[in-house]
Amino acid sequence: MDKISLTIDGRQIEASQGMTVLEAAREAGIYIPTLCYHPDLSSSREVQASEVIYCNAEPLKNDNSAIRYEGCQLCVVAIEGMKALPTACTTEATSGMVVRTSTPPVKQKQHDNLKLILWQHPNVCLTCDRFDQADNLNICKPFNICLRSVNITERCVLCPKNDHCDLQKVADYIGLGIEERPLPYTAKGQPLETNAPFFDRDYNLCIGCTRCVRVCREVRGADVLGYVFRDGKVIVGARGPSLMESGCQFCGACVDVCPVGALLERTRKWQGSAERQVLTTCPYCGVGCQLELQLKGERIIEVLPQRKNEVNRGQACVKGRFGIQEFVHHPERLTTPLVKRDGEFVAASWEEALDLVASKLASYQKNEVAVISSAKCTNEDNYVAQKFARAVLGTNNIDHCARL
Amino acid sequence: MAGLVTAFGSGAMTNSIRDIGDAACILAIGTNTCQAHPVIALELVRAVRHDGKLIVANPREIGLVHFADRWLRQRPGSDVALLMGMMRVIVDEGLLDSAFIEERCENFAAFKESLKSFDLDTVERITGVPGEKVAEAARIYATNKPATILFAMGITQHSHGTDNVLAIANLAMLTGNIGKPSTGVNPLRGQNNVQGACDLGALPNVYPGYQAVTDPAIKEKFETAWGCSLDSSPGLALTEIFDAAYQGQIKAIYLIGENPVLSDPDANHVRASLKTLEFLVVQDIFLSETAQLADVVLPGVSFAEKDGTFTNTERRVQRVRKAIEPLGDSRPDWLITCQIAQRMGGQGFDFADPSQIMDEIARFTPSLGGITYHRLEEGGLQWPCPTQEHPGTPILHTQLFTRGKGRFTPLEYKPSMELPDDEYPLILTTERSLYQYHTGTMTRKVKGLNTIRGEELVEINPADASALGIADGEAVRVISRRGEVVARARVTEVSPVGVVCMDFHFAESPANVLTNPALDPVAKIPEFKVAAVRVEKNGHK
Repeated sequence: MDKISLTIDGRQIEASQGMTVLEAAREAGIYIPTLCYHPDLSSSREVQASEVIYCNAEPLKNDNSAIRYEGCQLCVVAIEGMKALPTACTTEATSGMVVRTSTPPVKQKQHDNLKLILWQHPNVCLTCDRFDQADNLNICKPFNICLRSVNITERCVLCPKNDHCDLQKVADYIGLGIEERPLPYTAKGQPLETNAPFFDRDYNLCIGCTRCVRVCREVRGADVLGYVFRDGKVIVGARGPSLMESGCQFCGACVDVCPVGALLERTRKWQGSAERQVLTTCPYCGVGCQLELQLKGERIIEVLPQRKNEVNRGQACVKGRFGIQEFVHHPERLTTPLVKRDGEFVAASWEEALDLVASKLASYQKNEVAVISSAKCTNEDNYVAQKFARAVLGTNNIDHCARL
Repeated sequence: MAGLVTAFGSGAMTNSIRDIGDAACILAIGTNTCQAHPVIALELVRAVRHDGKLIVANPREIGLVHFADRWLRQRPGSDVALLMGMMRVIVDEGLLDSAFIEERCENFAAFKESLKSFDLDTVERITGVPGEKVAEAARIYATNKPATILFAMGITQHSHGTDNVLAIANLAMLTGNIGKPSTGVNPLRGQNNVQGACDLGALPNVYPGYQAVTDPAIKEKFETAWGCSLDSSPGLALTEIFDAAYQGQIKAIYLIGENPVLSDPDANHVRASLKTLEFLVVQDIFLSETAQLADVVLPGVSFAEKDGTFTNTERRVQRVRKAIEPLGDSRPDWLITCQIAQRMGGQGFDFADPSQIMDEIARFTPSLGGITYHRLEEGGLQWPCPTQEHPGTPILHTQLFTRGKGRFTPLEYKPSMELPDDEYPLILTTERSLYQYHTGTMTRKVKGLNTIRGEELVEINPADASALGIADGEAVRVISRRGEVVARARVTEVSPVGVVCMDFHFAESPANVLTNPALDPVAKIPEFKVAAVRVEKNGHK
């Protein structure tokens, strides 16, 4: 692909032909705030409103088919030779372009546009004066006590995405002046949708970025979600009375792209941030999705698909995304060797169990024994199993369920 | 996979997952990709969004059909006829890649001769697909390049599964769709590490890296490496092991992480075989249906508690990393096996950690010779990867086929072993659900998955259902020559007339009690996809 050269904030950068200004800036490590842009998705401008969506099984019709979605409008930049402030996500980078990301007019526009979003989203988490004090978390946690005169439902400590929310990051970058506190906010009063497996949908926290609508349609080919305009505002929902009836396969891609707390895995909601992450390979099918296990102590609290790889690129399926913690930590997991005595299993020590297995297996001729290994175990487990069959038991009677 | 070894010399996906979305044409045959390989299905979505052509060949109206340009609804077990019909059209209309065939392949003349018996009328009669549709699909596949073929157990789990695979290999070679990006013949492997278990020699006839146990030089190499004498005759395959156990020839089995009581065909026979054993050791993370029959149960660990590698369907070796400590007193599987081996006097089982096992694997397995944990930190590596400097192989057979020339195989149509008759008038086929995995040992423990799909459903066409007086949701009895199972019916046109479909995830209604253990003579894969059954209202005798 042809390379072009442009200047952003005084820095000469290289970009590929056809990139937007936003993509060029991101590739060069220059931050431009945005909430609706996602690198795996088309522009938010390209998704039309649906005629109807469902809000807690009730149909909700689009009340204005004439208006078009304009996106979050936070990525405005100043470009030399252009009068208005264009959005970086819709402007193609061209050779010799001179872009500025934080001129006073840009800052002002971003500020105004952010306020439009915050009129529909609880925002005390952004404007609380404690937010500026050293570390808000240390003050308000561990007891999750909020002493401010804030409606309970709007308190930061009651938002499951608090402290790992894209909106908080963007607001932090753009900055909200002290004179704006508190910002007026109109609650949407939408009911919490908790009937589906695995994740809840709280559209009161939705900022209408439509990332979930786009990922479902474009990447997953499922088209389960849609949005309508109501009084000029974007309302997102399922295209059928429930997710299940809309053909949802619960892959979790919508949850993963949601920048705020609107879509969240139910069991993960109140666990806060993970303490550490471990990259590993999914134990389910043969695709081999790369997953990041999110850990707190010795518990997996969430499983996220990894983006930077050649296999799954940020995607997973319902089993990998939501089907791991519960079996790994299941109370029925075997935790001690068992030996059958008079038809009943009794717990045994490893010494006892291994001695018994070794002495029994040693008592047979080589053609009287077989090892059945596993397509679920690792390469190393399988190597050792076949080596054991061949070198110790002396038999090639080793197989696994490859054909099943 | 034996079919691909015959044709190309290597039995694995020729291309990479990431390749698929860039294909101009995809033929998906015998794969319910959306359910069994959901993330690979996203590549099909990507291809279709870029105007790639998708041809789906499947008796059932699977999810992929809704994205497809053409849907060929062949009768179960008629794939050879369908593919040969397509190839006959390609040859007759001159759409073949003669230069590729001339330069890279052999035995074309004999193969071409065998196409003679597959005129479109014959093909239509065998497959039930209108001849013109077969011809259209053939033209689309042959003229939109690069074209790739995906297949799974819908192709291999037949008594003539090897012929099915050979037919697919013939089709790819005929059009030169092999050895280039976004082409190839791509078997989608079902389980997380089925590729790796095969690669590492958990098979009765080969050492790691598909090195034959019958080859004296290979035997000597491993005898030197392992410091012992080895047997040069191939061992018994899985289904043969159970037969031998039933007959008392096999007396003890050490079984690691499998649940054959649910996964294997003719499950009643498997259960009886295991009960006949004098000694059964099962190593698992749960007390599975099979583990309950054991004399000793050893607690292994889940993937989250151990280090290691899995090899995915595109031959990519990827790291599994220990995230938490083993639960309770459980131990990593490799360690348990080593501890048994050492107690029996085995030498060379004193590995400190799995990276040392990988180092030993690399020393004796040419195709994995360049793989170390250190390199895998940068991401997965696709075999063959013979040396430390080798970058891995995303596409096989680019210059030469592994066996030298690609070999065309003449084929004839062979019906399935057990066809419907008056007593068992329906065909039973099996598939996997997106929401459950294999025998459900893991997924049945996840509440949400069971909310979505918590029981077996016998899918039956409305015409068959009304003839039998069966309503949607009603409990039915499915009976084959080997056993019977009760489950609720789902009346749906997804299932064609004359065919019922079940999963095998549920212990309460184990579909594999019904399936036919008839084996493909070469690959020894059981015929899960076609068994004759009858369906009755439950309670009706």
